[in-house]
Amino acid sequence: MSLIGAKVLRKEDPNLVTGRGSFVDDLRPDRCLTMAFVPSTEAHARVRSVDASEAAALPGVAAVWTAADVAHLPPCPGLPGLERPLLASDVVRFVGEPVAVVVAEDRYLAADAVAAVVVDYEPLPAVVGVQAALAADAPALFPALGGNLVFEQPWESDLADVFAAAPRTASLHIVNNRCAPTPIEPNACLADWGPSGLTLWAAFQAPHHLRNKLAEFFGIAHDETRVIAPDVGGGFGAKINLVPELYLAPALSRALGRPVKYVQTRSECLQAMYHGRAQEQDVDVAFDDDGRLLGLRFMVTQDNGGYPDPGGMGLPALTTAMATGCYKVPRVAVGWRNVVTNTTPVASYRGAGRPEATFMIERVVDLVADETGLDPLEVRRRNFIQPDEFPYATSSPLAVYDSGNYPGALDELLRILDYDAVRQEQRRNLDDDTKPLIGVGFSTWVEIAGFGPPGSLEAFGHLGSWESAQIRVQPDGSAIVYTGASPHGQGTETTFAQIAADNLGIPFERISVRHGDTATVLQGIGTMGSRCTAIAGEGVRAAATTVLGRAKEIAAHLLEADPADLQAEDGAFTVRGTPARSVSWNDVAWASFRPLDLPEGMTPGSLETSVFQQVANFSFPSGAYACVVEVDRHTGRVGVRGFYLVDDCGTVINPLLAEGQVQGGIAQGIAQALFEEVSYDPQGALLTSTLMDYLVPAAPDLPGFVSSRICTPTPNSVLGAKGIGESGSIGSPPAVVNAVVDALAHLGVRHVDMPVTPQKVWRLLEGAR
Amino acid sequence: MNRIPVRVTVNGEPTEHDVEPRLLLVHHLRETLRLTGTHVGCDTSNCGACTVLLDGEPVKSCTVLAVQADGHQVTTVEGLAAGDGRLTAVQEGFRREHGLQCGYCTPGMIMAATGLLAAEPDPPEHRIREALEGNLCRCTGYQMIVNAVRWAAAHAGETFDVATGPRQAEGAA
Amino acid sequence: MIPARFDYHRAADAAHALALLGELGDEAKLLAGGHSLVPLMKLGLAQPAALVDVGDVRELSYVDERDGVLAVGALTRYRDIERSELARRLVPILAHATGRIGDPQVRARGTIGGSLAHGDPAADLPAVAVATGAVMVVRGPGGERHVPAREFFRGFLETALQPDEMLVEVRFPASGVEPWAYEKFSRRAQDYAIVGVAVVRGPEPGIALVNMDSTPVFCAAASAALGRGEEARAVAELAAADGRPPSDLNGDGAYRRHLARVLTERAVRAAAI
Repeated sequence: MSLIGAKVLRKEDPNLVTGRGSFVDDLRPDRCLTMAFVPSTEAHARVRSVDASEAAALPGVAAVWTAADVAHLPPCPGLPGLERPLLASDVVRFVGEPVAVVVAEDRYLAADAVAAVVVDYEPLPAVVGVQAALAADAPALFPALGGNLVFEQPWESDLADVFAAAPRTASLHIVNNRCAPTPIEPNACLADWGPSGLTLWAAFQAPHHLRNKLAEFFGIAHDETRVIAPDVGGGFGAKINLVPELYLAPALSRALGRPVKYVQTRSECLQAMYHGRAQEQDVDVAFDDDGRLLGLRFMVTQDNGGYPDPGGMGLPALTTAMATGCYKVPRVAVGWRNVVTNTTPVASYRGAGRPEATFMIERVVDLVADETGLDPLEVRRRNFIQPDEFPYATSSPLAVYDSGNYPGALDELLRILDYDAVRQEQRRNLDDDTKPLIGVGFSTWVEIAGFGPPGSLEAFGHLGSWESAQIRVQPDGSAIVYTGASPHGQGTETTFAQIAADNLGIPFERISVRHGDTATVLQGIGTMGSRCTAIAGEGVRAAATTVLGRAKEIAAHLLEADPADLQAEDGAFTVRGTPARSVSWNDVAWASFRPLDLPEGMTPGSLETSVFQQVANFSFPSGAYACVVEVDRHTGRVGVRGFYLVDDCGTVINPLLAEGQVQGGIAQGIAQALFEEVSYDPQGALLTSTLMDYLVPAAPDLPGFVSSRICTPTPNSVLGAKGIGESGSIGSPPAVVNAVVDALAHLGVRHVDMPVTPQKVWRLLEGAR
Repeated sequence: MNRIPVRVTVNGEPTEHDVEPRLLLVHHLRETLRLTGTHVGCDTSNCGACTVLLDGEPVKSCTVLAVQADGHQVTTVEGLAAGDGRLTAVQEGFRREHGLQCGYCTPGMIMAATGLLAAEPDPPEHRIREALEGNLCRCTGYQMIVNAVRWAAAHAGETFDVATGPRQAEGAA
Repeated sequence: MIPARFDYHRAADAAHALALLGELGDEAKLLAGGHSLVPLMKLGLAQPAALVDVGDVRELSYVDERDGVLAVGALTRYRDIERSELARRLVPILAHATGRIGDPQVRARGTIGGSLAHGDPAADLPAVAVATGAVMVVRGPGGERHVPAREFFRGFLETALQPDEMLVEVRFPASGVEPWAYEKFSRRAQDYAIVGVAVVRGPEPGIALVNMDSTPVFCAAASAALGRGEEARAVAELAAADGRPPSDLNGDGAYRRHLARVLTERAVRAAAI
């Protein structure tokens, strides 16, 4: 029986439900020291002096370093001339930027030392928000830049002809709110630099990538640099950023000759772990009276925070690549600007550039529906790319859609959602002051996933865009799969064992999946960009197929049969049609190490192989979501009454885990839409520095889910899996906001920015009175 | 530095240590006793990752001083499974219903759910959601956690073999 | 995230606690459940030189009925009030509002005295005490004095308690049969109220607002109007005119006033049944 597509329980869970997980902070080598930062309290200031003398003299303090102590080290990797220093030297550029670092015997003594460091700042005018940053008289973060605009990609054309000729046009200004990724485990690392080299345990999504960067940074060899990502408590794209602690902990460990551990507090995490989203968008759409899209003009202004992170710089490229969603738009013009401001740097957060695109285009089609008086679903249907039009080349060279069935997903959504009943209730409630306003919103979305085509990750500083897979059959017939993917909650140990079991014929229970250690895993890129199953999983399939072919040769030799006549299942090789002629996988594995048992020409150790899996194109998961909200017309509170979802991620390896990915992603999407926003005051002080103020929702704040799926496999791989990790957070925010706007549409409301807070809705309600 | 003797019964075992008064219970458990199953996820009592049972009631061990636990009973996630390593229904429920992904919030969730079911053996969904309002999970979206607690309620008192449990979820194709 | 150092003293009983407070002076703070104080210490917003731990002073943990009054020991945990049959019967608004504080873990540790002595205007119980006309029993070196809740809260995190005094009991008029309502509005279930309102009918009606000023707000005019049986809307208008509401990320002053109006109207209607 095939395990691909089965709801297999996770191999990961027994450790994690018994407290036997092994997260970075759980590790404590002998003589381990604790590192803590002195964070800047200013958003923009000249650092006049740092007095560490009192702190350094405190009991249990091993070292206090300021910028001068790391002057011999390079800065964090970044844009030439705009790199982030390990410790701020002359100027601080956001609240929370480390000014000094202390190392002490434990976290209590480290905290005391941090409190004893005295920093003298000369405040400079701060720049908060992209509008302020681009103002003519704005103070410049980097004087050499001559302003705060780091990069500009202008429109190729302003589409003046399209807009002049179009029967109708509409425009929207969108603020895609800044979010804090907020994995429940913050950033953490533990460095132990001994005579045999550097070992760094890190809560990280791409250990080999980090290994490469550390070796380059310190000028040491890859073979003496080991990075281990143990259990990692969530990442959501934020644990791939090359932040100072990843270099400082090793540098301090080397200098002090002792292990050094750094674990961020939540407050530090909210101010220093790179944020996501933070775009302002201007969009113009041209369309006809039938709701057909004729042209789209789209400009993104990306807030990159205090230092332009290479990943963060690339976000608008992804946003603009996906600007047209699942619709046919004949003429498109996109452009973007990258801007620095005195705020936390911005980089990838679950979806990384695509949620911003989906939010825009899904708001735009609703706007077209509103303007034309058509049902929003009808507008969508009239503009959908049709199932027979794939591969579909969009106006973006990045986005040649591999496969999809957008009308099919919408049909399935309307099977699980009683659309008419919602509309009827909406009408009934409208004039009853005691009842909430009802709204229903849709999002028929497509995203770009499976980051693996050559060049796609190299652009962000990675070694390659492939992923490695290695299978080693053990002498007893069990097997170990090594993957370069580095999971942090995805359940890869389970899904890859499913793929391997199916393709090897070895029972699932006799397969282990290892990851996250550069000393044992061949090479790797990492888990990000919804690439794990699509690329690394395909690599596991390919490696298993190769190993199985060799095993069949050995089995055939032992059975004196033709390899082509053998089938492998449930741990044995059997001659088709002659069940009595059978040899166990265990015997074949054993024989594979014994030259006398091998067929001619085969050498011992043949049942292991490595694959560097590449794919030619991205994959494009899609789906159709609906959100039903009720709006308290007196308080403005929005309650999500139901969330309906249909996903198409191609082949599903484990429906239980795929559903978990989708629901978790949608929870983050609803959180962005209704709850979460990183807020600064005009001077750049962070107002959301604890989980009291940054509102990550809990169980009573979120709805249950009604789910279904359709399956359009990707032609990119044999496996056919497209990726699922980011779908929920990409597809869901516009469904929520479209529902709110739908609930308020009778009042003339056409748009509301996220997060849709009760106060914001109240103002809209007041404005309409 | 004044240190105070603290005697806490942890997972049934008496312990005694002299600690600084400002030592938080969560650090006492993690650093002094090396019970690292209890995690820290925030500094403001919002996330609940540090939830343990204090005299049978779920509390946030990051907001309790170790000295306040003197003379009391603490149960951590390590103390749930019986000596033979068999899982409780709550632990097994999280596994069966995919109530965890990264697993970082999970010990706190499990302890909060254990506290709920002790007080209220068969809670409806909305009560489960209310009872978990002080525990944040960033991975699951909570529905599967709710399912896990319902599963546990339906299997109260049973224990489960961690090694040879079922391979597939119930009703799996 | 790590509290600054302090000296720690454990009180065996209330008398011991008072003696310690007298000895240590105003640098000392009482530690009950610690769910108001410890978070402030972790954030560095409170750095007491000494703590007097009264957490195990069980003599001040009780819910009793006495002469038509519900007497609640200051060190009674929220959980015990929430589950107390007596509290539910005699002062149901107290049991209900206590069950809406924070989350279950907070309710397992926090105490009524801790909350009231902390005096946070965003907390639930100060407003309930004000609305119900509770009386605080305060013990000090000179004996006991009784302070009406409506005179107890003096400013932001400031009460009538002197440094050498402790709150030992809270007395609530037993209003069990009178209609009541508690409305709490927050964005997340676990959070403090953006605005809340406690409404108690009966011979001495009371309306008090949560998080509408630097102290809980007793709405005298609205309470009187409620007593006169005026329309919910009119009562709500009066209530919403009280207080000087703060502005923060969750709502500015205008929105808070609006919420106070809506919630009071709802509460008055709910308390009619």
